[in-house]
Amino acid sequence: MAKLPITVDKIIEDFGPHEAYAPKQGFQGHAEPDKLVKTHCCFCGMQCGIQLKVKDDVVVGFEPWMEFPFNEGRMCPKGVVRYLQNNHPDRLLSPIERVEGEGFKPIDWETAMSRTVSEIKRIQSTYGNDAFAMLSGVSLTNELSYMVGKFARVALKTANIDYNGRLCMVSAGAGNKKAFGRDRASNSWADLKHAEVIMICGSNVSETFPTLIHYIWEARDNGAKLIVVDPRITPVARTADLYLPVRPGTDSALFGAMLNYLVENDLLDHDFIDNYTSGFEETISSVKDHTLEWAEGITGIPAASIRQAAEMWGRAKTSFMLHARGIEQHSKGVDNVLGCINLVLATGRIGKPYCGYNTITGQGNGQGGREHGHKCDQLPGNRDITNPEHRKYIASVWGIDEKDMPGKGLSAYELVEAIHRGEIKGLISICFNPIVSLPNNNMVREALEKLEFYVAIDFFLNETARHANIVMAGALHEEEEGTGTTAEGRVVKINAAVPPPGDARADAAILKELAARLGVGDKFAYRNSEDIFNELRVASKGSSVDYYGITYEKIEKNFGVFWPCPTLDHPGTPRLWEDKKFLTPDGKAHFNPAPYRLSAEPVDAEYPILLTTGRVVSQYLSGTQTRRLGRLNDSYPEPLLEIHPSLAQQYGIKEREIVKVMTRRGEAEFPAQIVTTIRQDTVFIPYHWGGRKSANQLTIGVLDPTSKMPEFKVCACKLVPTGVIAPPSKESLAYQSR
Amino acid sequence: MALEPEKNFNPDMEFFVDMQRCIGCRACEAACAECETNGQETMIHVNYVDRAHSVQTTVQVCMHCEDPACANVCPADAIAKDSNGVVHSANTSRCIGCSNCVMACPFGVPKKMEAAELMMKCNLCYDRTSVGKKPMCATVCPSGALFYGTREEIRKMRPNSDPVNTFQFGAQTVHTKVNVMMPKGSTALRVH
Ligand code: SF4
Ligand code: SF4
Ligand code: SF4
Repeated sequence: MAKLPITVDKIIEDFGPHEAYAPKQGFQGHAEPDKLVKTHCCFCGMQCGIQLKVKDDVVVGFEPWMEFPFNEGRMCPKGVVRYLQNNHPDRLLSPIERVEGEGFKPIDWETAMSRTVSEIKRIQSTYGNDAFAMLSGVSLTNELSYMVGKFARVALKTANIDYNGRLCMVSAGAGNKKAFGRDRASNSWADLKHAEVIMICGSNVSETFPTLIHYIWEARDNGAKLIVVDPRITPVARTADLYLPVRPGTDSALFGAMLNYLVENDLLDHDFIDNYTSGFEETISSVKDHTLEWAEGITGIPAASIRQAAEMWGRAKTSFMLHARGIEQHSKGVDNVLGCINLVLATGRIGKPYCGYNTITGQGNGQGGREHGHKCDQLPGNRDITNPEHRKYIASVWGIDEKDMPGKGLSAYELVEAIHRGEIKGLISICFNPIVSLPNNNMVREALEKLEFYVAIDFFLNETARHANIVMAGALHEEEEGTGTTAEGRVVKINAAVPPPGDARADAAILKELAARLGVGDKFAYRNSEDIFNELRVASKGSSVDYYGITYEKIEKNFGVFWPCPTLDHPGTPRLWEDKKFLTPDGKAHFNPAPYRLSAEPVDAEYPILLTTGRVVSQYLSGTQTRRLGRLNDSYPEPLLEIHPSLAQQYGIKEREIVKVMTRRGEAEFPAQIVTTIRQDTVFIPYHWGGRKSANQLTIGVLDPTSKMPEFKVCACKLVPTGVIAPPSKESLAYQSR
Repeated sequence: MALEPEKNFNPDMEFFVDMQRCIGCRACEAACAECETNGQETMIHVNYVDRAHSVQTTVQVCMHCEDPACANVCPADAIAKDSNGVVHSANTSRCIGCSNCVMACPFGVPKKMEAAELMMKCNLCYDRTSVGKKPMCATVCPSGALFYGTREEIRKMRPNSDPVNTFQFGAQTVHTKVNVMMPKGSTALRVH
């Protein structure tokens, strides 16, 4: 396949992103809707409860859902305006097909389906089954995650299926499995409110999971002390009792030094360590040289602050450890996670009230999406695709011969590299926008241009789908029934508020028809999403992620059910490990040595500055959804380069001067925002934008060896001021007028 | 002139603003703009205090003064306070767009909507509060920087703060229906 069929500008004219501020038909129906549908926000891992207002089969607004216990009506701005997507002018209302020189033209479903299936068959018979790959996403429901994993293995018969949780959750998941044998946050959020000490590592909670902030502020009202580890003073770091401005890429040195301090000062829970853990000796000997001074030199955090952190953590009776992408998106993300877990285990503060260890899932169904088998190395129930017992069980659930089940495939970034090398020729994607969200995205673009056939299932024409041959118009979150699993492990019900508009179809219906045309319709004979869920329950039965006892009815009745929930009369498990029986082979929680090592690309004379990336509150991931919502764009209209005044002065950079940021992979220009809320050696760019504004042109595609997560959070860059002052953004104009 | 409020307005419920907790997310602005009577304009405003040095934001909502300066200076009698103490947005048929209220308000709340030649301000979500619901902004605020409920509830929830609704502007003292949360023991806020 060649380049885009037509210029980007023309594609944008036809398919957006255009901005919606109000429902197409105005606010009519706002006050007197036909119905209110209880469901959940389609964005981050908090999965806030919300009610959607529906009038004439269109979502026309929202009403807070006060009874839902996690958020009690509270929402962030994304949740408030998400309803505008259902009737958005950019919605794909039918399948479209690429026409050279003209762009994309509507086609009927018959054409879309038959052409797709014949291309799949052609490519697979020419190059082998694995030459057709699938990329999935964890904004999908549990049902769809499960169905995609099965579709890839049973209908496409390919090993090469992976998902965008590879960019988000996998380092935490791998660390969790190593230490505990199960990949889930240990506690419900309710426990957080009463912890004595809360340590937040690499998580801009206030902007990325805003409704969780309420729990943190409440904990503080109850007297909790807050430690925040971050290279930037984010809104949550602003209020911390102890702020540790870590140099990007050095978190494990901090955790190692803290562990060493706990050992030297005997701030340990010996009973817990002796009876319920293994690997302690080996782990502490790996950090015995990690003095506070040594860690200061590496992390840039004053030794006194590290001591204070270790004292606060070590002497507390109850505590909560929270972390997110800031420590996970590294070529040593798993080690960083294990470093955090070591601190939790050393103090034995797990499996008890108000003591927990929670990793915060970024994507809406980041938790559920990593349990049901659309990862390249995993089968449903977080089972291992290389484990013969696991394979046999899932093959029996699927009604196939175990020998016909493909093995482990390539992870997301490796998969795109294989496309680039010409080894993979065909691709189907659903709910993944790699050209914006993968690192080193100039490589991703070149890869897409090499595909012989690419079909995308999506509801908007995102930046990646612009390269497709065919785009099948899929469904939004509010147009399809299912379940999601929140960051605290609560399985919640997603209710369809309206049918997909126009000729768009539910994603499950699209996959079902493709499967039938690929000759395996009997394996996908689901009548509805509950059928899929019931199969998923069986597939998860007896695994570390047991959903068997959860039913749709039970979820609705109880405002969600926490897994594991092995039997129908089981109430679910908000707090894990109360019995101290861990799911590792020896039944103990494992300490793991997590020694500090350098990031993949240290700074040098040519590229002397650290670049890190992240999110802003008004946007979500690759922005496919949020960049179409006017009010969200208005509050942060363009990516800015956050830079400390001393670094700005060194280069003579002025406020809003456009700065060229260069790395070994690409270059891009951003207006500077000069702030003292960032380290002096680090610059920050949010990554939600595509094309010329894409921060991921710059980031590095080096992966964690265990989790295969890319190192988004640190690479080396250089800055070249252009002398041009950017015109005031909509944002600053808005501020001036206030 | 007092309007007759709906029977369901609960006078025990009050509005509390806790700036410390604001994370600058603008959910309040987005939610306020959802109200059809506002025509997508937000009546609550979030600002950075000094973005060059801090991420601290403040949030400004109508304080619903006991003796509202905006209403007092209105030559057209367009602004009215009802018997529950809610100071309402300008009556569209009366407002002449003179901006007196904009200049008189010590908190800088009323805005003149240039296109409509009309003053608009927060009316405490009268469409919601009059039927026993909470105002939109205070409902969605993810951080609890905005809270609508009883004095008893907030005292229990925030043991380290006290609600304050007395403001000292030089020699002038202003009492308001809306409270700001201040450190324990505070009784008044001296503004300048
Ligand atoms: S994006 Fe997250 S915090 Fe915001 S409303 Fe949605 S689920 Fe809640
Ligand atoms: S109380 Fe209602 S009208 Fe007033 S600012 Fe809040 S949302 Fe807007
Ligand atoms: S919703 Fe709450 S936290 Fe967000 S900007 Fe408004 S007052 Fe601040």
